[in-house]
Amino acid sequence: MLEAKSRWTPYWQAAPLALVFLIFFILPLLVTFIVSFWTYTGYSIAPAFVSDNYLTAFDKCFSSLPDLCTTFRTYLSTLKFCFLVWLITLVLGFTIAYYLTFEIKTPTMRIVLALLTTIPFWTSNVIRMISWIPLLGRNGLVNQALMGAGITSQPIDWLLYSSFSVTLSLVHINTVFMIVPILNSMSRIDRSLIEAAYDNGASAWQTLWNVIIPLTKTGIAIGSIFVITVVMGDFISVGLMGGQQIASAGKVIETQITALQFPIAAANAIVLLAVVLMIIWTMLRFVDIRKEL
Amino acid sequence: MTKTTTGGISRRTLLKGSAITAGFIGTTAVTGFPAVHADEPITLRYLSTATNQSPAIAAKAKEVTGINVEYVTVTTDDVTKRIITQPDSFDLVDSEYASLPNLIPSGNLMGIDAKKVKLVDKLATVMTKGEINGKKIGDQGTAPHKVFYLEKQRGKEFAKEQTEWITLIPTTYNADTLGIRPDLIKRPIESWAELLNPEFKGKAAILNIPSIGIMDAAMVNEAMGLVKYGDKGNMTKEEIDKTIATLIEAKKAGQFRAFWTDFNESVNLMASGETVIQSMWSPAVTAVRLKGIPCTFQPLKEGYRAWASGFGLPKTLKGKKLDAAYEFINWFLDGWAGAYLNRQGYYAAVLETAKENMEPYEWAFWMEGKPAEKDIHGPDGGLLEKAGTVRDGGSYDTRMGAVACWNSTMKENAYMVQKWNEFIAA
Repeated sequence: MLEAKSRWTPYWQAAPLALVFLIFFILPLLVTFIVSFWTYTGYSIAPAFVSDNYLTAFDKCFSSLPDLCTTFRTYLSTLKFCFLVWLITLVLGFTIAYYLTFEIKTPTMRIVLALLTTIPFWTSNVIRMISWIPLLGRNGLVNQALMGAGITSQPIDWLLYSSFSVTLSLVHINTVFMIVPILNSMSRIDRSLIEAAYDNGASAWQTLWNVIIPLTKTGIAIGSIFVITVVMGDFISVGLMGGQQIASAGKVIETQITALQFPIAAANAIVLLAVVLMIIWTMLRFVDIRKEL
Repeated sequence: MTKTTTGGISRRTLLKGSAITAGFIGTTAVTGFPAVHADEPITLRYLSTATNQSPAIAAKAKEVTGINVEYVTVTTDDVTKRIITQPDSFDLVDSEYASLPNLIPSGNLMGIDAKKVKLVDKLATVMTKGEINGKKIGDQGTAPHKVFYLEKQRGKEFAKEQTEWITLIPTTYNADTLGIRPDLIKRPIESWAELLNPEFKGKAAILNIPSIGIMDAAMVNEAMGLVKYGDKGNMTKEEIDKTIATLIEAKKAGQFRAFWTDFNESVNLMASGETVIQSMWSPAVTAVRLKGIPCTFQPLKEGYRAWASGFGLPKTLKGKKLDAAYEFINWFLDGWAGAYLNRQGYYAAVLETAKENMEPYEWAFWMEGKPAEKDIHGPDGGLLEKAGTVRDGGSYDTRMGAVACWNSTMKENAYMVQKWNEFIAA
């Protein structure tokens, strides 16, 4: 009796979370998948099993090569931002986490500084991005300062509504997602390992490369997953900061939903999900998060 | 019991209403709305965009009719989406006529009984017939008069002739054109073609709402002599291809500074000087001007792109709520709300009653295109225009008379959206 109970204990303990996942994650995903094969008009969607939506999403994608079709061009642009933002947030996040862990001596100060890194989250995403406009705009602070200092004679246009501003705002928003997990795994590194490396004559770079980085791999992987999934699905930052002139996979889906074309939007969502899953799967080839947690 | 009472009074009011309609309309200053709701207030959930909502209108409606108006605020596209996906989530909707080709076949709205709308014969002819003073105006696209009547109350087809079932009772309508910064352009602008003039390279914007953006683009293409359209509001695939091709070419050449999707974005772009010429909406131009920055809603020789919206009823509405909805609509057409909307620069559905609720100098400025005798104030009391100014585009007859096309839902909508995404990605 007691044995039977204990055998089932883990299951019912996990049940509430499993249920939440089932209702709010698995089911919607399943519905999205099913709907992606339906047909639609401007005002209705009808159950069917057609691949038209996927065919439309990849319309002329293979026949027009080497010219890129809309979908390929959109994903290429999204992937470009993804890579850039990932790289910059990684370098920034790692450096900040390193500084907080190894250079700051008192735990109180460390906590205070770590909390400071969350400042960008004290306001909403949209407000954060809107505040870039008076800074980077044609008549913004940066341009005024540059022209006032005599460095440029004309306002620089590419500061705003460009790939530059999109990357900048995405880095601004996402760096903290990198800092936190890296900080977490870094603070768990046993200091004696670093001392041992030093005693054995390792240089600072060698210690970093051979001791610290391998031991923070989990944090890096988790941070990367956060950043990559957020950037791949983002359309608000890309829209506002790119002056809506830069396509993103999310925006394509949003436009289609707005036009009430739910099935094709669902098909595009499934494609986006597949791309993101492939990236994450590739990353997990390098780091076994579960083993190292 | 209460129910019967309410019904009876409503019917009586309606009888009175039709008597008035038959006889002398001009003199109907609020003829005693039933006070029966006072002890048992009815709440109407009013779905629309922020543009069509105002706490002042809701407060006045409550004061006169006793009906509580609870605004449900969403974006233009979400109004359509809500009607199609959640038709029970509102009691009254203010939607664009342009969405009707999608809304009516869904069967989620019911025809409004013309007999219960007191001022139905006084609705602006721009809406009901597509004409002003007997003269036809442009009707390309989903012009309201094409989708004004249903064959039967729960019909899914538009009627070609006048019937007693109305799809939407007009609330507001207006004619849109390009907004410009006269201080930065420094020369007259007369044609839609100027939007793609290389002179404004990197300083132009178009709106990124495909169904409206494509119409502005069509006005530009036609003005440039690049494409000849059968109906700009119902393009063929070939016409869509050509229209988008022009846009892509301009985008690649760096013509556009940005695209915008909401009101505030368009105000910011123009006020900050990021753009000097762009698609714009009338209240956005006013908003820029209120900041002390010169901005003109420029009339162009090819004409305006017009839009209109109106009240619709969800098919499930019945009983007291249905009566209240009709009562609210009747109050709305009775003049107070119309005057309020006219002062915002929109046009009211029933002009006569709106006129009675405006000062003569206000009417002369907003509707007759005359120079303002005194300072013009908005409905909230803020100063809009100084004495002596003339409204951009002039009088009602001149502006609405110069409409070239209407916002629309095309038959090739799905294809158009696909091509629009291609333009954004280009």
